[in-house]
Amino acid sequence: MVGNADLFVNWARKSSLWYLLFATACCGIELMQAGASRYDMDRFGAVFRATPRQADLLLVAGTITHKMAERVKRLYDQMPEPKYVIAMGSCANTGGPFYKDSYCVVKGVDLLIPVDVYIPGCPPRPEALIDGIMSLQKIIMKKKNVYGAKKA
Amino acid sequence: MEAQGIFDTLKGKFGDAVVELQGEGCNPAFVVVAHASVKEIARFLRDDPALSFDSLMCLSGVDYKDKFAVAYHLHSLAHRHAIGVKAFLPREAPSLPTVDDVWPAANFHEREAFDLFGIVFEGSKDLRRILLPEDWEGHPLRKDYKYPDFYHGIKV
Repeated sequence: MVGNADLFVNWARKSSLWYLLFATACCGIELMQAGASRYDMDRFGAVFRATPRQADLLLVAGTITHKMAERVKRLYDQMPEPKYVIAMGSCANTGGPFYKDSYCVVKGVDLLIPVDVYIPGCPPRPEALIDGIMSLQKIIMKKKNVYGAKKA
Repeated sequence: MEAQGIFDTLKGKFGDAVVELQGEGCNPAFVVVAHASVKEIARFLRDDPALSFDSLMCLSGVDYKDKFAVAYHLHSLAHRHAIGVKAFLPREAPSLPTVDDVWPAANFHEREAFDLFGIVFEGSKDLRRILLPEDWEGHPLRKDYKYPDFYHGIKV
């Protein structure tokens, strides 16, 4: 019975992954394309939100500079629990082409906030982004919310 | 007007403040000027009817290790000619007069040169960092810039 409750909660959460519109570089173009009619991320329950207070998923699409880092952190803090993060593209994963010899780019968004799924690519195609969303859905389905959940 | 003609006009007007013509054959060639007279020369280049450089295409800082330079790329829409103007600055306390009251577009370019090279433009209406955070230390495009280890607790 308790297992079924987890299943239901997780199913509800994975089917309504509302993501925050947050794009800082060319990955944002692929993100828009993935959200538009040809790739249609709405099929997975993923629709964009313009405010972090209504978002479940932070899609970090693009290069994060040190100047932007504090804003990313603040947006993440403003999102309600449970919240998930996808690092989209090489810049968000590791700093990408700016990894060596850059004074202004954060070398991976996981230095700022916890990341659930990393999507490689520069930028990743919409198919790769949808694969990342589906990977996150699989992760969400394994979460224990009721039975065996960690007390915060 | 060709680069040599522009140089001769400037030399006739400003004398010793106009040093030499560099990079003949390049497009555009460069007139090297004394950095203290940059504003008067800029105003003359804009207002003289035979020159009428109404467009500041680019203003850049350059680090030559032993000195700095500020390079101005000018273009005239009326006469369809272009010229570069270059002013060399000492490495210690580099500063020169602003040209943002001659070409308002200069302001953002001067802020960039100030941000990344530490070149001070005296009399500027708004000289702040433009790209980096306000509390950043140092000027990253200088050849002797040392990267910080951390910025606000995040590894650089």
